Amino acid sequence: MDLLYKIFLDPFVQMGAAPDLLVQTLWEGLVAGVLYALIALGYVLIYKASGVFNFAQGIMVVFAALTLVGVAARLRQWGVAPGDVAAYGALVLTALVMLGLAWGVERVMLRPLVNQPEIILFMATFGLTYFLIGFGELLFGGEPKVMITDDLHLPRGALEFKMLGGFVSLQKIDVAAAVIASIMVAALALFFQKTRIGRALRAVADSHKAALSVGISLEQIWVTVWFAAGIVALATGIMWGARSDVSFALQTLALKALPVLILGGFTSIPGAIVGGVIIGVGEKLGEFYWGPLLGSGIESWLAYVIALVFLLFRPQGLFGEKIIERI
Amino acid sequence: MLYREAGQFKTTYGADQSVFPIRQDRIGIAIILLVAFVLVPLLASSFVLSAVFIPVLVFSLAAIGLNLLTGYAGQVSLGTGAFMGVGAYTCYKLTTYLPQANIIVLILASGLGSAAIGTVFGLPSLRIKGFYLAVATLAAQFFLSWSFVRIPWLYNYNVSGAIEVPTRTMLGVAVTGPNATPLTRYLVVLSIVTLMTWVASNLLRGRIGRTWMAVRDMDIAAELIGIRLYSAKLLAFAVSSFYCGVAGAIMVFLWFGAAEADSFNIDQSFLILFMVIVGGLGSLIGSFFGAIFIWGLPIVLRAAPEFFGLTIRAATVEHLQFMIVGALIIFFLIAEPAGLARLWQIGKQKLRVWPFPY
Repeated sequence: MDLLYKIFLDPFVQMGAAPDLLVQTLWEGLVAGVLYALIALGYVLIYKASGVFNFAQGIMVVFAALTLVGVAARLRQWGVAPGDVAAYGALVLTALVMLGLAWGVERVMLRPLVNQPEIILFMATFGLTYFLIGFGELLFGGEPKVMITDDLHLPRGALEFKMLGGFVSLQKIDVAAAVIASIMVAALALFFQKTRIGRALRAVADSHKAALSVGISLEQIWVTVWFAAGIVALATGIMWGARSDVSFALQTLALKALPVLILGGFTSIPGAIVGGVIIGVGEKLGEFYWGPLLGSGIESWLAYVIALVFLLFRPQGLFGEKIIERI
Repeated sequence: MLYREAGQFKTTYGADQSVFPIRQDRIGIAIILLVAFVLVPLLASSFVLSAVFIPVLVFSLAAIGLNLLTGYAGQVSLGTGAFMGVGAYTCYKLTTYLPQANIIVLILASGLGSAAIGTVFGLPSLRIKGFYLAVATLAAQFFLSWSFVRIPWLYNYNVSGAIEVPTRTMLGVAVTGPNATPLTRYLVVLSIVTLMTWVASNLLRGRIGRTWMAVRDMDIAAELIGIRLYSAKLLAFAVSSFYCGVAGAIMVFLWFGAAEADSFNIDQSFLILFMVIVGGLGSLIGSFFGAIFIWGLPIVLRAAPEFFGLTIRAATVEHLQFMIVGALIIFFLIAEPAGLARLWQIGKQKLRVWPFPY
C-alpha cells in the first residue's frame, strides 16, 4: 500500500503543494527537450533524404562547436579583428568547414556505398564517428573548451518570475535556444515544402531510382542534406556548448536523441520536436518526482523506456510514415 | 592444386551433410585446433596469452552471440555489453552462493541468467523492427548499466562497487582469481569457446538456424510458411544472450579478474557490433575474424611507429589510431560490405580452381 501510495499519489501531492517547482521542472524539461530535438533534427534530415541513419550526428555537433571555438581563438590570436567580428567570421568559416565535410562524406563514403543495406551505411557512419573523434582531438586537443557566448552576443543571466507563490527562474540562454530551435524548424519545414531543392529532397526520399530517372542529381542532394545537418549540428553545438563546456562528452548526447527520434518517427521534422519535448519533460518529471523512489540517476534510461512504451502502441513512432509490409 | 574436392565421393547422407565436407577443410581445422591447444601454450609468453589470445577468444564468443541474433535472426541489438554484464554479475552471485560448485559449470549456468534477461528485452521484437528495435535494445543497455551501479546486492554490498573474482580451483589447479596462471585461463577459455562454437554451428545447420534465417530474410513470408515468429525471435534473443552472458562471465573471471559496471557500457556493445559487421554478418568464422581484426588493429598501430623508428607523442598516436580505425572501417565496408568472411570465401574459391581459373 505504502509503495502504491508513493508511486501513484505522493508525486502529485508534491506537485500540487509546490506549483512553482512544477513549473520550473516543466520548463527545464521543455528546454532539454528542445535541445534533444535539435540533435534529432540532424538525424531526421539525413535519414529522410538518404536513408542513412547517421550515427555521426553527435560527433558532428562536437566537431562544429570545436571548430567554431578553435577558429575564433586563432583569428583573435592573429589579430584579424576584435572579438565579435572574429566570432562571426569564425561562424562563417565553420559553416564552410561543415560544407567541406558534407562534400567529403558524400565523395568518400556515400557514393561508393550506394545501394548497400541500411546497416552497412549505419556502420559506415560509425567509422566516420571514430575518424572525427581522432581528427578533432588531433586538431583541437581533448580538453574541454569554453563556448564564445559573449562574442556571439548570446544572452546570459536569468529571468525571474514571481508566480504561484514562488519563484521560477528561466536562463536567458535557454529562452534563446528555444527560439532558435523554433526558427530553425520553421525554416527547414519551409525549405522542404516550398523550394525546388526541397521538392527534390522529398523525391529522393521517396525513391532513389525514380528521382535519378527524372534527372535529380543524387550527389548534389546528399551534399545539401549533409550540409544542412552540419548547420543544425553547429547550432546545436553552440547551444549545448553555452550551457556546459564544449567537450567530447557532448557526443554521448547523440544517444539521448535516439529515443526522441523513434518517438517522433524517423522521417518527420515536427515529430522530432514533439518527441523531444515529450522525452525532455517526461525525463525531468520522472527524475524529480519518481526518481527518489528508485535511487537517482533514472534519467539515464527513462527516456528509452518512455520511447519503448510509445513504440509498443505505434511501431512507426508518433508521426512516422505508416510501415506497410508486402511480400 | 592442394585444395580440391575432386575424387572425394560421398556415399551416405551423413557424409554429404557433414560440417566440413571437404577433406582439406577437416585437416585444416584439425591443424588450427592443434596449434591453438598445443603450439600456442608452448610458444606464447604469458603476457601475449593474456593480452592477445584470451581477449580475442572472449570477444569472438561475444561476437558469435551477437551474430546469432543480428546476422542469423536479423534482429539488430545494441545491448550486447549489458547482456555480457548480466552474465558476469550472475556468475559472481553464483560463486558467492555456491562456493563449492565447479567454476566451469557456474560460468555456463550464468549464461542462463543472461538468457532470461535477454528474453525479457526481446519481447518488443514482434512489434518493433529494424532500427526501432535497435533503440529498444538501447533501453536494455542503459537500464542494465544503471542496475549494475544502483543495485548493491549485485556486487555483495562492497564499498568499491566492483566485483572481485574469487579463487576457484579445479582438479587442484587455480582456474580463476589472482593465482590462476594465464596458461590455465587460456586453456579454459579456449575449451569453452571451442565447445560453444561447435554447438552454435550445429544449431545453425538445424531446424532452429533455418527458422532464424527465414525470419531474417523476410519475417512476414516466414510467418506465412508456418514459422512461429514470436518463438523464433525470442529463442534467438535467448540463445544470443546466453552466448553473450558466458562471454561476459569468462571476460571477468578469466581475463579481467575484477570489473565494475563501466566494463559493460555502450562502447562495449558497439565494439562487438563492429566485430560482427567487419567480420561478416551471418558467419561464424567471420566472428573470429572480426574479433582478431578489431582487437589486433590497435595493437599493430601502437607497435608500428616504433617499428619504423619514429617517435610520436603517445596522445598523438591515440588520436591517429582513432582516425585510422575509422577510416579502415569505412574502407572495409566499401571494399567488402559482406565482411572479412566473404573475403575468406573468395580466397577459398580462388584456391579451388587454381592454377586454372576458368
